[in-house]
Amino acid sequence: MATPIQNHLKASIIAGLVAMVLAVPFIGLYTVSTDQGLVVQTRWPWVLWSGLIVLGGSLAIALVRDVLAARRAAKPKLAAGTKPKRDDALTAKLSKGFAIGITLFAITLPFMPFSDRYIMDVGTTVLIYVLLGMGLNVTVGLAGLLDLGFVAFYAIGAYSFAILSTTLGWGFWVCLPLSGLIAALFGALLSMPILRLRGDYLAIVTLGFGEITRIVILNWQSFTGGPAGISGIPRPSLFGLSFDRRPPDGLTSFHEVTGISFATEHRLMFLYMIALTLVLAAAWVIKRLRALPIGRAWEALREDEIACRSLGINPVASKVSAYAVGGMLGGFAGCFFAARQGFVSPESFTFMESALILAIVVLGGLGSQIGVVIAALFIVLLPEVGREFADFRMIVFGIAMIAIMVWRPGGLLSQRVPTIRLSSQKGDAA
Amino acid sequence: MDASALGTFLQYLINGLALGAIYGLIAIGYTMVYGIIRMINFAHGEIYMIGAFVAVTTFSILAAAGVTSVPLALLLVLVMAIAFTAAYGWTVERVAYRPLRGAPKLAPLISAIGMSILLQNYVMQTQGARPKPLAPVMNGGVTLWQGDGFAVNVSYIQLFIILLTVALMLGFTQMINRTALGRAQRACEQDRTMAGLLGINVDRTISLTFVMGAALAAVAGVLVTMYYGVIDFYIGFLAGMKAFTAAVLGGIGSLPGAMLGGLLIGLIEAFFTGYVSGAYKDVASFSVLILVLVFRPTGLLGRPDIEKV
Repeated sequence: MATPIQNHLKASIIAGLVAMVLAVPFIGLYTVSTDQGLVVQTRWPWVLWSGLIVLGGSLAIALVRDVLAARRAAKPKLAAGTKPKRDDALTAKLSKGFAIGITLFAITLPFMPFSDRYIMDVGTTVLIYVLLGMGLNVTVGLAGLLDLGFVAFYAIGAYSFAILSTTLGWGFWVCLPLSGLIAALFGALLSMPILRLRGDYLAIVTLGFGEITRIVILNWQSFTGGPAGISGIPRPSLFGLSFDRRPPDGLTSFHEVTGISFATEHRLMFLYMIALTLVLAAAWVIKRLRALPIGRAWEALREDEIACRSLGINPVASKVSAYAVGGMLGGFAGCFFAARQGFVSPESFTFMESALILAIVVLGGLGSQIGVVIAALFIVLLPEVGREFADFRMIVFGIAMIAIMVWRPGGLLSQRVPTIRLSSQKGDAA
Repeated sequence: MDASALGTFLQYLINGLALGAIYGLIAIGYTMVYGIIRMINFAHGEIYMIGAFVAVTTFSILAAAGVTSVPLALLLVLVMAIAFTAAYGWTVERVAYRPLRGAPKLAPLISAIGMSILLQNYVMQTQGARPKPLAPVMNGGVTLWQGDGFAVNVSYIQLFIILLTVALMLGFTQMINRTALGRAQRACEQDRTMAGLLGINVDRTISLTFVMGAALAAVAGVLVTMYYGVIDFYIGFLAGMKAFTAAVLGGIGSLPGAMLGGLLIGLIEAFFTGYVSGAYKDVASFSVLILVLVFRPTGLLGRPDIEKV
C-alpha cells in the first residue's frame, strides 16, 4: 500500500507532466510577426518551470487538504446526517455584526486621515458594484431567474441620464429616478417573451438582450453617439451647490458658500456619499421587500414554481416585478456611473461586466446582501491590489474565481434563511 | 427574380453555409456538455481559440521546416490542433468542473467564466495581444455560375470547410449511435446515477465528452484560421457566444439541433449582412432566437422539458 504522501506525489507528478504538455504550444512556442510572416520562437526552460510550479502547487494543496481533514476529524463528530445547527445561527450573527461594522466603516471612510483620492475613487467603484450586485441579486438570488445580460440595465440607466442631461439639460437628481424607471420598464419588457422559458434558456435570451442593447448603442450614432459615446455629462450638485472650482452658470459652488477652501477631494467625497446613500437605501428597500408578499413570492418561485402556481401565486407578476426591480437598481447604478465619469461609451457595457456582476452575486452566496458586499470588495480590490503583478492579475483573478467556487460552491455566505417562519416550526429551526 | 439577384442570393447562401458549418462544429461542444452534465461550458469558446492558436503555431513551424505539400500540412495541423486542444478540454473539465459535480447550478457557470478569463489572459500573455496574420494556405476556387455582371464563387477553403464538416458530422453521428462510448454517453445523459450503477465509468465518459467537444472546436479553430487568415486571443468570446446561440436555437442537448442551429445562424448572418446591414447582424440572430424560443421554448429540435411535481 502506498502511503498518502506517495499518492500525492504521484498525482502531483502527473499534474506537472500534464502542465508541461499543455505548456508546449503556448509557453514553449510563440509566434512573432515579422516582415516574412510569422516566425516561431522557443522558450523551453519556461515549460520546465511551469511543470515544476504546477507540481509544487498541487502537492502543497494536497498536503494542506490533508492537514485540514485531519483537524476536522479530530473534532467531536456529529451524528451522521445532521448538519451543525449552531453554525447557521453563528453565521447569521456574524454577518449581522459584519453588516453593522462595514456600514460604519463605509460611512466614516471619507473622514479617515488615510483616505485620499485613490481610496475614495476605489471605494466609489466598489459601491457601484455593490449596487449592481444588489440589483442582480433580486433577479437571480431571490427570484431565481438567471440573467446574463444585466449590464443592459446599467447601460440603459447610464445612457438615459447622458441623453436627458445633454439634450434637455436636466440635472442628476431629476434624472436619477427617471433612469431607474426607464431601466425598470426595459426589465419588464424583457421579461415578457421569457416567461415560459426556464433555467438555461433564460441565460441565452438575457445574454442576447445585453448584446442587443450594446450593439444598438454602438450603431445608433445619431442618438447615442456611437462608439465615441457621450461626453460633457453634468456632475451632481448638492442642493444646487456645485463641486467645481468654477461652477457652471446659475449655480454657486460648495466652497464659496461653506467657506471651506476648494479641494477636488470634496467632489470625490460627495460622489462617494451619494453612492453610499444609494446602496444603503437599496439594501433597506430589498430587506423590506423580502418581508412583503411580493418578496416572499419571489423566494417561493425560486424554490418551486409548480407549488407556487398551485398556491395561487401569480408567476407572471412575480417574474415581471423581479426583473423590473432588479433592472431599476441597475438603472440607478448606471445613472450614477454616468454622472461620476461625466462620459459614457459602449465599451463600459460589455458582456464581461455582466459576468462580473453575476460573479459577485454567486461568489457572495445567492440571496445574501452581505455576501454581495464581500464579493464586490473582492472583485474590485483583487485587480487593484494585483497591480504589481500587472500583466498577470487577470490570470490570478480567473484562478481565484475558480478556486473560490471549488472551495465554496454555494458562495461565501451560502445559508438560505427564510424571511419568515411559522412559529410551530421554531423548534427545528433554532 | 432575375439572374443577377439569384446569383447574389446563391453567393450569400454559400458564404452562410461555410460560416454556419464552423458555428455548428463549436455548437456541438456546448450541446454535448449540456446534455451530459446540464451546464453551460462558457470556456468552450476559449477552447476553440486555443485550437486556432495551435493551428497558427503549427502552420508557422511547417512553413519554417519547408513543408510545401498542402494536404500533408493540413493533416499535421489538424492532428496537432486536435491533440493539444483536446488536452486543454480535458484539463479544464478536470480542474474547474469535476470538483463541482452536484454543487448548486450556478457554481460551475461562474467557474467556467473564471476559466474563460484565465485562458484568454493566458494566451494574451504568452502569445501577445496583437492579431496574428497567417499567409493564405489555400488559394483559388471554382466559379459555379458566370452571368453577365455577376459570378457565384466557391473558394476551395469554403468547399473544404463544408466537406470536412459533413464528414465529421457523419462520423460523429455514427460514433454516438454505434460505439460503446456513444452508448455510455447517451446513458449518462438520461440518468447519470443509474448509468453509474450499471457499471459505466461516469467520470471517464464526461471527460471524453469534453475531449470530443474540444476536438471539434479545434477543427473549427483550424478552419477559421484558414478562412479568415487572422486570429487574436479574443476570437473565442464572439464565436463562443454565437455557437451557444446556435446550440440553444437548435435545442440544447440535441446534436442535429446544434448543427441545424449553427447553419441557421450562419445563414442569418450572411443574408442579413448582405441584404440589410452588417452592423446589426448579431441583433438579427438574437431576435430570431428569441422569436423561436417564444413559440418553441426548448428550441427547434429540443425535447420538451417535462416537469414533474
